[in-house]
Amino acid sequence: HGPYQPHEPGYGLDQPGYSPYEDEIPDAQARMLAIKNAKAYLLKTSTKSGLNLYDHFATILTKILDEQPANTVDIIETISQDVKWAQFRKKMDTLRDEHLIPPTFEAAEKCKALFIKEAGEEEHEELDEEMGEPALPNVMETAFYFEQAGIGLSKDECYYIFLAFKNLISVQPIQTCRFWGKILGLEMNYIIAEVQLREGEEEEEEREEEEEETVAEEKEMGEGEEEEEQKEKEPEPPKSTYKPPPEIPKEANGTGTNKYVYFVCNEPGKPWVKLPPVTPAQIVCARQIKKFFTGRLDAPIVSFPPFPGNEANYLRAQIARISAGTHVSPTGFYQFPEDEEEEEGGDTYEENPEFEPPPVAEMVESLAMWAHHVKGILKQGRCVWINPAQKSEEDEEEGEEEEEEEEEEHQEETGQPLLTLISEDEGMKNIPAWTAQASTNLIPEYSIAILQSNRWPGAYAFASGRKFENIYFGWGHKYSPESHTPALPPPAEAEFPSEPGITEAADPTVEEELAFKAAQEEALAEAEEEEEEEGEDD
Amino acid sequence: SLNCLDWSLLTPATEEMLALAEEVKGRFQGDPSFEYSLAEINPEAAARLVQSGKEPVMKEEARLIATIEQIDRAVGIVPRGAFVKTPLGSVHENRHFEGLSLVEAKKLSSYFHFTEPTNLKNKTLLEKADLDPSTDFLNSLEHDIPQGKGSWSIQLEKGGSVVVLRSLLWLGLTFYHVPMTKQFGYVYFGTGEKNLDLPFML
Repeated sequence: HGPYQPHEPGYGLDQPGYSPYEDEIPDAQARMLAIKNAKAYLLKTSTKSGLNLYDHFATILTKILDEQPANTVDIIETISQDVKWAQFRKKMDTLRDEHLIPPTFEAAEKCKALFIKEAGEEEHEELDEEMGEPALPNVMETAFYFEQAGIGLSKDECYYIFLAFKNLISVQPIQTCRFWGKILGLEMNYIIAEVQLREGEEEEEEREEEEEETVAEEKEMGEGEEEEEQKEKEPEPPKSTYKPPPEIPKEANGTGTNKYVYFVCNEPGKPWVKLPPVTPAQIVCARQIKKFFTGRLDAPIVSFPPFPGNEANYLRAQIARISAGTHVSPTGFYQFPEDEEEEEGGDTYEENPEFEPPPVAEMVESLAMWAHHVKGILKQGRCVWINPAQKSEEDEEEGEEEEEEEEEEHQEETGQPLLTLISEDEGMKNIPAWTAQASTNLIPEYSIAILQSNRWPGAYAFASGRKFENIYFGWGHKYSPESHTPALPPPAEAEFPSEPGITEAADPTVEEELAFKAAQEEALAEAEEEEEEEGEDD
Repeated sequence: SLNCLDWSLLTPATEEMLALAEEVKGRFQGDPSFEYSLAEINPEAAARLVQSGKEPVMKEEARLIATIEQIDRAVGIVPRGAFVKTPLGSVHENRHFEGLSLVEAKKLSSYFHFTEPTNLKNKTLLEKADLDPSTDFLNSLEHDIPQGKGSWSIQLEKGGSVVVLRSLLWLGLTFYHVPMTKQFGYVYFGTGEKNLDLPFML
């Protein structure tokens, strides 16, 4: 500032005896005392935290000068808070906090189990060579191709899934296995593996299931008999004339909708759970409801129409619908074996050894180059139509006679035969059923053809040369341009048909009754007079 | 942008565009100049447009703009504490935001909608006492209809090192946050359609 000129405001103030504070603190000693008091006040330790203001300010200023943040005056409070926070951490307590195991560590432990190579692996490797094709799907290769399309999970997750598959194969007797996809849920997600079990094992399971069912039926019969005995003592209430439509039997394991067995797990590292086979009733009901998956297989599905089963069954039904609707392969890759005729049960197909992969450009341009290799599901809920009237014969033996009158004519339903081209899939309104594109226009030699389904958003397929694969990532629901309207409950059943005998009518009043009685007496009197007259006549 | 190379700036949305976009249903075509014929969808709106001298069509570009705006308004979320409000009323990034803790990250109430707050005054006095006005000036997520589970799904991935929220109202909106760090964000991959069946699906 330099020495002030006489016309400037600060002139003369720096001379001793002229500063504005002079009348308060006259001499240097008192000023020093004041400074010491101020410093002592700043150094006063707080009773609560053991810090003092002086040190705190010093730390703050040091920090600010070190870091030199922008707009310091705006964030000064947060800086102060941070410094205090830092102070507390350095405090050494005699009581140490228990070392909290972060959940990341626990999850890592589970995944670690996946990485451990089992001791008995050498034997498995020999067996695999005998089998021929490796059962383990190459998840990483598939992930690589899908990544070019922009679809897929992170590399880490794919690798975990890969290892989880390896575990699955070593535990279950599996012939072929494929990564079907991932379905998202509210609390947890599902990772799904499509599997074909080796033949001997399936039969054992079927037998077990049948035994369970017959045992259950016997129990029900026993209970039914007891109830009937009780009922005979009391007058029975009127039996309802409602007869539920005959139950459509589910398809046998290994055919139709139950061609593959599905295993799910919530996360790689968790144990695999087998999903039960699907029944047509479940598929029919799943078509009418739209529910989110929670991630727990035993969660109940509360809906109308009431879904027969819990979340595991609903999941299985949706998987069946998605597979039937969106699993495609390049046309010609699969062919019917020449020996068999195309019957209703034309379920088998085999790889065509003479298949020549068409170029990628063709695969993208025309949808006729792709074909479904899973049978579509009929309205009935099965892939192969069955006449429910056949079953009614068994019911008649149980003694219900009303069925003959009420049999409806079931029309035979035919679905599209296996290996239909997807160009014949109908779109909704003006949205085509499939959208095809090449993964890149820039490098046509290495681009792959990618197919997105518009009916089931989240279903993708890719093809590149001889390789192709289908996958699903999504919530598990079908796309509909209109909003979902749940079915209305059926009208309440009428209790009794209206008959004059039970129709309500007002009771006649006393006057009416007396009038009626008088009229009756008159009529009687007239009749007697007539008789008397007749008697007199004779 | 259609190919991530050439980008075109979109104009901000107007109320009119938003109202019209709600009527148009179905997938996007992929062509920004495609025109939806409003006469089929909503004859009243078409009549209004005709009266005001414009054609009764809606361009896909306008629908796109309106959809983006709707998504941002409805489900654009940020973690609590990421943004602070100064006494002057302006909102800006909190440079000292160190992320939510694991416990907080699992709770819906620690995320806010990044839009004008609407129901702050409806809270009881007890709740207001707990709030810190510099950070709690936005709508919290736990009041999203439907009540109870709400319209969000929270999941911890990678053993708890990332928390992922997925919106059930706009299927495809994913919000991620790495607890105890400053990283968070949201992206939308999807068909651009609101999930009106949400109440039936829960």
